[in-house]
Amino acid sequence: MLQRLDNPNATEAALIAAAGRMARTPARSRALAAFERQGLPTRRVEEWHYTDLRSRLKLSVSPAGATMAGPPVAGAAIRVVDGRLEEAAMPPLPAGVKRVPFAGHDSDATVAVIAAMLAGEGLALAIAAGGKAATPILIRHEATGAAPFGAQIEVAIGAGAEATIVEQLTGHAPLAAVRTRLRVADGARAVWAIFQENDANSSVLARLEIELGADAELTILAFNRASALVRREIAVAAAGANSRIVMRGVNLIGAAGHVDLTTDIGHSAPGVAASEIFRNVVTGDGQGAFQGRIRVAAQAQKTDARMACNTLLLSDEAEFSAKPELEIFADDVQCGHGATVADILPEHLFYLRARGIPEREARAMLVKGFVEDTFDEVADESLREAFNARIEDWLDRHG
Amino acid sequence: MLEIRDLAVRVAGKDIIAGLNLKVKAGEVAAIMGPNGSGKSTLSYALAGREGYEVTGGDILWKGESLLGLSPDERAAKGVFLAFQYPVEIPGVATMNFLKAAINAQRKARGETELSTPDFLRRVKTAAAKLGIAFDMLKRPLNVGFSGGEKKRAEILQMALLEPTLCVMDETDSGLDIDALKVVADGVNALRSQDRAFVVITHYQRLLTHIVPDSVHVLFKGRIVRSGDKSLAEHLEKHGYADIVAKAA
Repeated sequence: MLQRLDNPNATEAALIAAAGRMARTPARSRALAAFERQGLPTRRVEEWHYTDLRSRLKLSVSPAGATMAGPPVAGAAIRVVDGRLEEAAMPPLPAGVKRVPFAGHDSDATVAVIAAMLAGEGLALAIAAGGKAATPILIRHEATGAAPFGAQIEVAIGAGAEATIVEQLTGHAPLAAVRTRLRVADGARAVWAIFQENDANSSVLARLEIELGADAELTILAFNRASALVRREIAVAAAGANSRIVMRGVNLIGAAGHVDLTTDIGHSAPGVAASEIFRNVVTGDGQGAFQGRIRVAAQAQKTDARMACNTLLLSDEAEFSAKPELEIFADDVQCGHGATVADILPEHLFYLRARGIPEREARAMLVKGFVEDTFDEVADESLREAFNARIEDWLDRHG
Repeated sequence: MLEIRDLAVRVAGKDIIAGLNLKVKAGEVAAIMGPNGSGKSTLSYALAGREGYEVTGGDILWKGESLLGLSPDERAAKGVFLAFQYPVEIPGVATMNFLKAAINAQRKARGETELSTPDFLRRVKTAAAKLGIAFDMLKRPLNVGFSGGEKKRAEILQMALLEPTLCVMDETDSGLDIDALKVVADGVNALRSQDRAFVVITHYQRLLTHIVPDSVHVLFKGRIVRSGDKSLAEHLEKHGYADIVAKAA
C-alpha cells in the first residue's frame, strides 16, 4: 500500500492536489492521510473487482452536450453545486424538517474517504421523533464540470417519523464523490429515491449508508443512468428487529457507460424482511456489475432476505456481471437470490411483429416491459412517473 | 387472392417445404391437413415471414404482390395474420397496450389515422364480449397466466380487431375442449367474408365440422399431394392419411 504514496498515478495525484488546495480541517486531513495510504483501489481488491478504479477513473473535464436534467419531482430543491451547499438559495425546508449541525463520521470505505477529502461543509437534516416531512426533501447535486468534488449529507429520521428524500445527481462531474448517511430510528418510515443522471462523460462515486432501527420501514429506489463511471454503494445496517427493507433499482447502461451497483445488507437483529430487485439494460459496449451482499449474523434469526438481479443485454458487446454474496450464520432464516442475463427472445419479437408492430417499436415495448414494473409498487405516483418517464426517455434514445 | 408457387422453405439447413403450390380465392376457407412433420407449421411461419424460415425457391403472392421481401410487420400491414399454435406469454407488456400498439401500427402503415382511445376501448369491449373474454383478462400482461383456451380466444380477438384479409390459423384447435372450440369457431365464422381468405391448418377433421372449409389440401413431405372439397376431410377422418400418403410416396 505504501508504494502508492511513492508512485501515485495522474488521477491520484490530481485528487491529492485538489484536496491539498482546500482548507485544512481535521476531518479532511485524516481523509487525505487515508487516501495517501490507500490510493485508488484496483480490481485486485475484492469489492472493486468489477470497477478497477485506479485505471478507470479519468476526471474528464469534457462535458457531453446539454447536461442538467430537470428535477424529478415538484418542489424547491436543496441545491448542492459542485459539492457546496447553495446557502444563499436555500429554499424553506418542508414542514417537519430541520437543519442540524453536521456531525461527520470517519470511514475507511474508499468512497467515504474521497468524499471527505474533497467535501466542504456537510449538510445535515433531521425529522424529529413522531414528525413527518410534509413534502419530499429534494437534494440536488449539480455538477458544473469545474473540478472534482466531494459532498457529505446526513439525514436523521426520528422514532416513528416519516420522510421521503429524493436525491438527484446531474450535470457534468469530472468526479462527484457523494457520501450520504441516513439514520432511520425505531418505527420510522423512510423512502430514499435516487436519480443518477450525470452526463455521459462523468465519473460518480456515491455511497449511501443506512442505520435502521427496529420496526422501521425503509424503501430505496434507485435509477442509475450510466456515465463513464458510476459506482453506487448502498449499505444497510439492519440493527433493529422486525424491520422491512425494500430495494428496487434500474440500471440503464449505454455505449461506453459503466455502472457498478454494490449493495450490502447486514442483518444483526431478528425478524427483518428484505427484498431487493434490480433490472439492468445494457446496450453498445456498456458494462455493468451488481454485487449484492447479504450478511446474517447468528442472532438474526427469522431473517427473510430475497434478492433478484435481471439483465437484458441488447448487443453482443454489452457486458454485465452479477455477484451475489450470502454470509449466513443464523440457522432459521430464508435467503434467496437469483440472477438472469438474457437477450430479447426472438419468439417475443416475432409475435409482436407478426401483429404489425415494427421491429424498433416492438423491441422498445419488450425492453420497457422488462424494466418498467420494477417501480410498480412505488406508492407515490409522481415519483413512479418520474422514474418511468426517465426509463422511457432513455429507451427512446437507446432502444 | 393467395397464390403460392413452387415454394421451397429451409429451416436450420433442412428442406421442409419443397414444391408447394396452392391457390386460395377471396372469400375461400382452405384447410391444410397433414400428418405430423409434413411442414404445416413451417408453411404458416413462411407466410408470416418468421426469421429462420428461409425461402429457397418459388414465391408467395398476396393480391398479386410477392410477400417474400417483406418483414413480418410489413406483411401484417398488408393484411396477413397468423393465429399462433402456441401464443407466447410476454410479461411486462400489458395486453391492452399491445392491442392498441398493434392496431395503430397497422393503421399507420396503411396511411390511416390512429384510433382514439374511446373508439379503441369500444371495439375491444364489443369483440371481447362476443368471444366470452372477460375484460379483466385484458388488463393482464399479454397471454401471461392465460389457459390454453384463453390464449386461443385471445388470438381470435386479435384477429377480429386487426381485421386482416389473409387469416392463417396454425392448429387453432389444439389444446381446446369442445366448448372452447365452438367459441373459437363461431368467432372465425363471424369473420368469414368475400374479401377475406382463410388458411386453416389442422391435424384433425374435428375443427372442420365447425369451420366448414371450401377446399381441403393434404400436405405431405412439404408439398400438397391431394386437394378436394370438404369430403376429403371426412375421408381422412375415416381412413387416416395412410392411403393418400402411400400414393404420394
